[in-house]
Parts: sequence; C-alpha cells; structure tokens
Amino acid sequence: MHNPQLNKDGELTHLLSIEGLPQRILTQILDTAASFMEVSARDVKKVPLLRGKSVFNLFFENSTRTRTTFEIAAKRLSADVINLDINKSSTAKGETLLDTIDNLVAMHANLFVVRHASSGAPYLIAEHLQRIGRDDVHVVNAGDGRHAHPTQGLLDMYTIRHYKKDFSQLRVAIVGDILHSRVARSDIHALTTLGVPEVRAIGPETLLPKHLDKLGVHVFHDMNEGLKDVDVVIMLRLQNERMTGALLPSAGEYFRHYGLTPQKLALAKPDAIVMHPGPMNRGVEIHSAVADGPQAVILPQVTFGIAVRMAVMSIVAGN
Amino acid sequence: MNIAIQNGRVIDPKNGVDRSTTLYIADGKVAGLGDAPAGFVAEQTIDATDCVVCPGLIDLGARLNSIEAELAAAVAGGVTSVVVPPDADPPLDEPELADRLVHRGTEIGKARVLPLGALTLGLQGERLAELAGLKKAGCVAFSQANRSVVDTEALLRAMEYAATFGFAIWLQPQDHWLSRNGIAHEGEVSSRLGLAGIPVAAETIAIGTVVQLVRDTGCRVHLTRLSSAAGVALVQRAQHEGLPVTFDIGVHHLLLTENDIGYFNPHARFSPPLRAQSDRQALSNAAAAGLAAICSDHTPVGADDKLLPFGEAKPGSTGLEVLLPLTLKWAEAAGVSLPDALARITSAPAEVLGLPSGQLGTGAAADICIFDPAAIWQLTPEALKSRGKNSPWLGYLLTGRVKTTLVGGRVVYQA
Amino acid sequence: MSPLSDPSSRSLPDAEAQCRQLADLIRPQLANKPALVGIYSGGAWIAERLRELLDLPEEIGLIDVSFYRDDFAEKGLHPQCKPTVIPFDVEGRHLILVDDVLYTGRTTRAAINELFDYGRPASIALAVLADRGGRELPVAATYGVWDVQLGEGQNLVLGKQDNGQLAWRLEHA
Repeated sequence: MHNPQLNKDGELTHLLSIEGLPQRILTQILDTAASFMEVSARDVKKVPLLRGKSVFNLFFENSTRTRTTFEIAAKRLSADVINLDINKSSTAKGETLLDTIDNLVAMHANLFVVRHASSGAPYLIAEHLQRIGRDDVHVVNAGDGRHAHPTQGLLDMYTIRHYKKDFSQLRVAIVGDILHSRVARSDIHALTTLGVPEVRAIGPETLLPKHLDKLGVHVFHDMNEGLKDVDVVIMLRLQNERMTGALLPSAGEYFRHYGLTPQKLALAKPDAIVMHPGPMNRGVEIHSAVADGPQAVILPQVTFGIAVRMAVMSIVAGN
Repeated sequence: MNIAIQNGRVIDPKNGVDRSTTLYIADGKVAGLGDAPAGFVAEQTIDATDCVVCPGLIDLGARLNSIEAELAAAVAGGVTSVVVPPDADPPLDEPELADRLVHRGTEIGKARVLPLGALTLGLQGERLAELAGLKKAGCVAFSQANRSVVDTEALLRAMEYAATFGFAIWLQPQDHWLSRNGIAHEGEVSSRLGLAGIPVAAETIAIGTVVQLVRDTGCRVHLTRLSSAAGVALVQRAQHEGLPVTFDIGVHHLLLTENDIGYFNPHARFSPPLRAQSDRQALSNAAAAGLAAICSDHTPVGADDKLLPFGEAKPGSTGLEVLLPLTLKWAEAAGVSLPDALARITSAPAEVLGLPSGQLGTGAAADICIFDPAAIWQLTPEALKSRGKNSPWLGYLLTGRVKTTLVGGRVVYQA
Repeated sequence: MSPLSDPSSRSLPDAEAQCRQLADLIRPQLANKPALVGIYSGGAWIAERLRELLDLPEEIGLIDVSFYRDDFAEKGLHPQCKPTVIPFDVEGRHLILVDDVLYTGRTTRAAINELFDYGRPASIALAVLADRGGRELPVAATYGVWDVQLGEGQNLVLGKQDNGQLAWRLEHA
C-alpha cells in the first residue's frame, strides 16, 4: 500500500506516523534538528526558510504545551502562524473536518499541524488533500487519538541520540499506560526502526495493548525485572482523561508497583537517563527525587522538541 | 402477462435445477421449465443468452433510508425481497408504522418489503412492543436491529412471549459493555493503530446468553451478522443440541478483515467489526458448508457521516447492488459452486424466514433474477442507484451484473 | 588574478598551492584582525588551511547556508545540512567569508544574510579559490587566485583526498 506520507520521489511530504518511514528519513530529521539546535542558541533565533508561508495549528484537542512548541518552531522558521482551537461544539454545528480543511486551504494555508482525538484523523486530511490535487499543502500530526505522536517520538529519539550516541547497543524501557498512549506507539516504531535491539514495555495487563510482541516489544509486568540494566527509561503519564472503566484501582496502588522511585531507578544502568513526555504527575508515575534528579533529561527534551519540529516542518514544506 | 425466459442457464438451488432451459411465467407465478405448459402462449420473451436465471435474491438485512431509491437499488442488484431492520427513525414499534411501510413498498412496486418489527418499544430493550399487532401488519419477525438488550430479564420475558405465538426473534449478538467503547476488532491492527477494540468475547458472551435463554424458552432465534470463529462454533454447538437457532453472515465479512482498515479507511468500519483472517476463514467455511445464509447488511451512509476519522464514521456499507458480485467473488475464492453460492442468497434466506420463496418450482411467485456472471463493471458512485455510495470497493472492478429482475412476474428492472 | 584557463585542455591546478597563493594575498590585510568564516564543505577546508598558513589564533567560523538558500521552493531542504558554528561575536568584526567556487553569487548572498542574523559585522570580504563567472547577483570576490571558464554541463568540485590533501575534480551535472 502506498505510504501517504511519502511523495512519488519517496520524500517526506506529510508527517503522520513514524510507522512505515525508512530509517534514512528518521536520521535525516534528527540530523537537520541538530542544525536547528544551533539556530535556537543564537540571539536571532530565526531563519527565513518558511517566510511567506502560513502554518495553521489545528487543535481539536486542547494542548497548550504542544501547540506552543509548534508555534515557536514555525515562527523561528519565519512562517506566519495561525492558531485554531476547534472544540467539538463548533464542528457539531455542521462543518465537517474536511469542510474546515477546504476553507483553510482557500485561505492559503501551506501546512497544517493537526491534533485530534480520533486515531487516523490526519490521514483523512492528507488523503483529502491528495484527492483535491493539493500536493503543496502539508500535514504534520501533533497527536491523533491513541495512534501516533510522531514529533514526540522523534524528539525522544533525538534525546536518546544526544546522550547515548549509538542506538545499536541500547536497552530502552517504556513504562506506564501504553494502551492509551500515542507517544508510546511512536517511540516503539522509532526505536525499532533505528535499530534499538531491546525495547521493553512495563505496565499492568490492563494498560498494555494485546499483541505488543508483534511490534517487537518485550512485555514485563514486574517493573523490578523490566528495569534491570536498561539504558533509557521513558515514563508515560497516567492519563486520567483517556481512561474509562475499571482499568486501575487507584493512583496510589499504581505508584507502588509502577512508579519510578530512586530505588527502582537504581536497578537500571548507573548512567541510565530518565525521560518523560510531560506533563508529569509527581507521585503517580514518577517520584520527585527522580524527576528533579541528575538522570532526568525531561527539560532538555522540551528544547530538543522545538528543533525537531523545526526540522520536520522545513523538510515536509520543501517537498 | 405470460413470459418465456429463453436460452438462459436456469439455476434453482432449492429444487436442484441447473441447466440451460426455458422458464415460463403465467399470472405472476412460475408456470414450468423446459417444455411450455399446456396452452401457454408467450406474450413476452426475454432472451437470457449467456445469462443465469435464478430466483430473485432475498436480502436478510437492508436499510431503506430513502425507500424509493433503495428499492430501485434492490432490484438493480437482483434482490426481490428485502428484510428491513426496525431501526429507522422512528423505530418500527407500532403496527401502523409497519402497515405504512408495507403499503409504501407495494405502491412503489419494486422489491418486496419484509419488515422486522421492533422487539421492544423504541428499541429501548425494556418494554415489549405489540408483537402480535406488528405481525398482523406484516412483520416477519422481531428484532433489536444491532442494539444489545442489556436487561437479561427483559430479554427472557420477550423470548417467552414470542415463543407463545411462535414468533422468531432476530438478534445481533454483541454485548453492550464490551462493545460500547470499541470501534474495531480487538486485535493486532487495533493495537497497532491505537483503535479502541471490541473483543470476540463481546460476541460469544452475547451468543452464550441468547442460547441459554433459547434453551429455557424454546423461542426461535436468528442471530444476525456473525463475525467471529468462536461465535460460529458456539452457534453450531447450539444447533447440534437441536436448539432453534440460525445465523447469517454479512457478505463483507466473508471477504474483508481488520487489515482492510489500512490507513484508517472509514469504509472499513463495520458493526460488528471486521475481524482477523482466522475469523474470516471460519465464516467462509460456515457459508461454504451451507450453515448460514449470506446477506448484504445494506447501510447507506452519506459522505458527511462517512468521510470522518475512523472512530467517528458511521459503520456500514452499501450492499444491495454488490451482494451478487461479492457473493460470486467469495464463492470463486472459496471453491464453492455457482448453484451453492446462489443458494446462500436465495433458498437459504427463504428458509430462515420460513417462506416458500427463493425458488423456481412450479407455482412459486415469479421473483426472478437474470444476470450475466461474466460481466465486468466498475463500482463508481454513478453506477449505484442507491443513495448510499459508501463502499470499500469503490473504484474496484466487480464481476457479475444483473440484466433483468422480475417481481411477481413483472419486469421491475432492466439494465 | 591569473589569466583565464580552459580546464578541459590541461590538468587541474593544485588546490593546496592555490590555498598558499590565497594566503599570500590576504596576509598584507590582517591589520583589522579579521575572523575567517568558511562555507561548508569546500570553504570550510580552505578556511582551515588559511588559518594555519596565516597563523591566526582564533577558531574559524563554519557556515551552512541551507536555511538561507533562495531555492527552497523548488528543491526543498538539502538532505545534508550541518550546524553553523560561529564561535566569536560577529558584532563589529571584520570577516573574511571563504568559499571554494564563486559562481552565481547566491551562496554568498545566503551566507551574508545568515551572518547578519548573528550581528552587524564591520565588513565582509570574500575569498575564493576559483571564480567561474556566471554571476546572477552583484557579488565580487575580494581575494581570488583562479579565473576559469567551464564547459556546458561541467561542475568544478573541491574534494578532500584520503591523505587529507585538497584537490579539484570536474564533474558533469
């Protein structure tokens, strides 16, 4: 099946998911991001790459943090940024998702950054753009339902490469609510594509998707076992808003078994890094001592995130 | 009108007919095969060269949102009787509504309308509808469409009541709690794509409940649109026990699996969901073995409700005009003969309904489908008479096209 | 400047020797303490050579113009960009921008724009090994050692050999 993210020359024209992208494209994004890190370190943090282009942030799900980093990234590329917070009621008034897209394309949008509560929404948009012959308009997925958050996956990889250099020798553990996590799915695809030999998922049965092994992941229910000798620990947020029904008894019980405490962290390698996509629930999935400790790289992740998003937007916008 | 249909391959699965011969129609009924009945003079002849002449198809599930367009679509697909689920708006829970529907269908004069009456008022699953009154108004059985009955006591009482009158209840086996948040089969694809899953247990638990209540009440139950291997196995066990349980399979579930979701294709959203390859294989085996009828589950959905992110798209596909070619496609892949394939959409549905139709024996109503089994056509929105242009097969080439359809001896469709 | 020469009729000049010639041209002009900025990759190598030859104490700047090119709309982002590194304060400095081949002048324009995003230099001079003509913008080299005309579809490329020596080669576009 033709990958809707790639144009006919095999180059990235939309970023919808890490799944299906060849390693060379992931590496290209990471290398380009390295150059943008330098831009962000200057006084004038701008380059003229997307000057005259309009980037529309289409957020159907609230997220001030992610939207802000995309806005900063787009502005550093000299693009014009328009923020649209579309809550459910305005779409309930009759305008479908695709109608909204058509209207914005008519307003000369060049790039859509889309966050949506339904898995697959950005694909619908990308396919529609192709159908109406607009291969000059690009889509970047800022998170769709439980499916993917590819820029987060990429910035997580950038972080790992920054601290660990070589993917081919690593053990990486992802801990928490993977069932509902688009970050986890993107991380898993990125890690396996970049050649990480051992990817572990740690969590209770209710929070792990079935068939995780088919994605190349080793499943652990015992965190003490799962953290042994890992180089990277990625902690996921326990997402209240996504959980419906009897998945967990309480945050307290969760923390006892799956919270990252200094004692549990000590089971990993002494130079292991601790990552978290944020925002953190202190005392639920992560102990403050770890979050504020020397092994945590959570704040650098945010800085890397701006550079990675600049890289993604400039690569797709040029194809 | 006396009609002779000549030069066609007449296939009547119920009566074991499969040969090139002439079929005679008089007074809206089949008057004979082969030699003309005594005194028969044809007022009209239909040349069925290179075509198959078979009983008009009987579709066990078709929603008639805009009744004129959909009944026209039915006969364009060779379907001469449609069973209509009661979940229109308003639900068919009053005899007068059933009356009106049947009357309207007769007025339009294309496919026969066989309504399913609502089992409960408003399909709420609590209070019984007037089943006897609905039966009198033309309902062939009673159903909750694809809604689960959560209150098992209410279901028990409904089945007891129906059993009193010998009425059949049609139910889609899907446990409410295990399916209410799901949008796709709980499996590899849903895990990978981050789609909330509906486990097979949603179907088997519901079947288990229904089977136990059938055991206790003796009520005749028809289970609609089975989707899983485990579900088929459970129903077969119940049948071996001698319980009055039958089931049907939607034609799309014979051909498609969870993998057809691809990149979140909303046309692959069905209720029940498309499941794994092993489930599809079991459904195919059951249909091949003649254990179940095949239907279209025709569900027209407008673009505004279909071209949405997967989880928001209304499930279902257009079906009346693709039931025949898709059944033929399945049969070829599954190694099923043409007469057996046609049986699944003619005599088998008739048996489920307990009707004498779905066959071409002398005296049977002349509901006839004449189709070219080799005709190749492309499925496009323009090619469909139905208002429902929603299909995972859009753009595909299909083999098998209806040339002429007769209902009660009248030509109601000519290609 | 040396006279025009046609590279198809004789072998290409020694790039290392040309670096020495370029350094000789610049040496009398070091009073304003210029900083060297090399454009990846050829300009960066030449700038390194110049630093040694001119015995300059300061780290050279390295510039990648990918983010400032004017052909983004047609060609997209160049697949291999390296980080620009300017280890000194541009504000008020005299700079010598170093590149291997001066052609249309667009790369120079992009580099100048990029440098101005770091601060306001006192002046920018341009030092190149080869000037192949074909200017599309009003740009001129301050220091150059070789004027050359290329044939149709020919490209002049500076490479680094295995032994670390810089050498020219001709490529066909």
